[in-house]
Amino acid sequence: MKIGIVTFPGSLDDVDAQRAVRLAGGEPVALWHGDHDLKGVDAVILPGGFSYGDYLRCGAIARFAPVMTEVVAAAQGGMPVLGICNGFQILCESHLLPGALIRNDHRTFVCRDQVLVVENPDTAWTSDYAEGQRITIPLKNGEGGFIADEPTLDRLEGEGQVVFRYVGSNPNGSLRDIAGITNERGNVVGLMPHPEHAVEDLCGPGTDGLAFFTSAVRQLTSV
Amino acid sequence: MARIIVDVMPKPEILDPQGKAVHGALPRLGFESVSDVRQGKRFELQVALADESTLAEVHQIAETLLSNPVIEDFTVRVEA
Repeated sequence: MKIGIVTFPGSLDDVDAQRAVRLAGGEPVALWHGDHDLKGVDAVILPGGFSYGDYLRCGAIARFAPVMTEVVAAAQGGMPVLGICNGFQILCESHLLPGALIRNDHRTFVCRDQVLVVENPDTAWTSDYAEGQRITIPLKNGEGGFIADEPTLDRLEGEGQVVFRYVGSNPNGSLRDIAGITNERGNVVGLMPHPEHAVEDLCGPGTDGLAFFTSAVRQLTSV
Repeated sequence: MARIIVDVMPKPEILDPQGKAVHGALPRLGFESVSDVRQGKRFELQVALADESTLAEVHQIAETLLSNPVIEDFTVRVEA
């Protein structure tokens, strides 16, 4: 089961994401932003970091990277795509997911272990979780405030497209405490917190993040 | 040569933490008359000729790359 992880100039967490895929039993495949080729992968992860230095807007330039043409087409065709942090910002800029991420309302960078509640366990990346399950994974961002207009927020909630919500104090001003969302089809998921940093007991707050990757591997294997 | 200016501003209903930070600094400097600050971006695009087709293209650039229509508005004008 091949899961591609895209490295953009300024990506930080691509190697952690590769490691998480390996621990989940998948085969990580490094993809390069300048390529026009997904190398036959079955799913794609857009990792965290500061692609293109966050110039212009977070994810705005990465959206037009050559490899994104292929990623967008594959996502529209149903391929599982996960965007973590900067990857979430890229998915929003690419219009694969609605809304946008803006600077944290309290204007400071936040880095902490964050409790989330799983609201939708029916996506390609969350099927190994249970609805209502609470998980703790790291959150680290300066521009993680999820916003969308009211009709979009109502639609997201009504259609079950809110995948994760922050539990406890809202860390970044995200509207309706939204931490992660999915598209209508459930194959594209984006979230600000970092599941790839919570896959081993040795470091991080535990292994609550591993199920993202086992979900995708299991789903792709069963197809 | 001509210069086309694209101004990008956060939509009025969108929180602007940077503008708020600037506004918050003003009283500390002794400036009391400003009631609000919004911060945006200004792009200066150098073109050979600011004709209708170039302006249409700049509109497209502003819409697809320079601004994110979910959170920002933009204006395009030719610098005199």
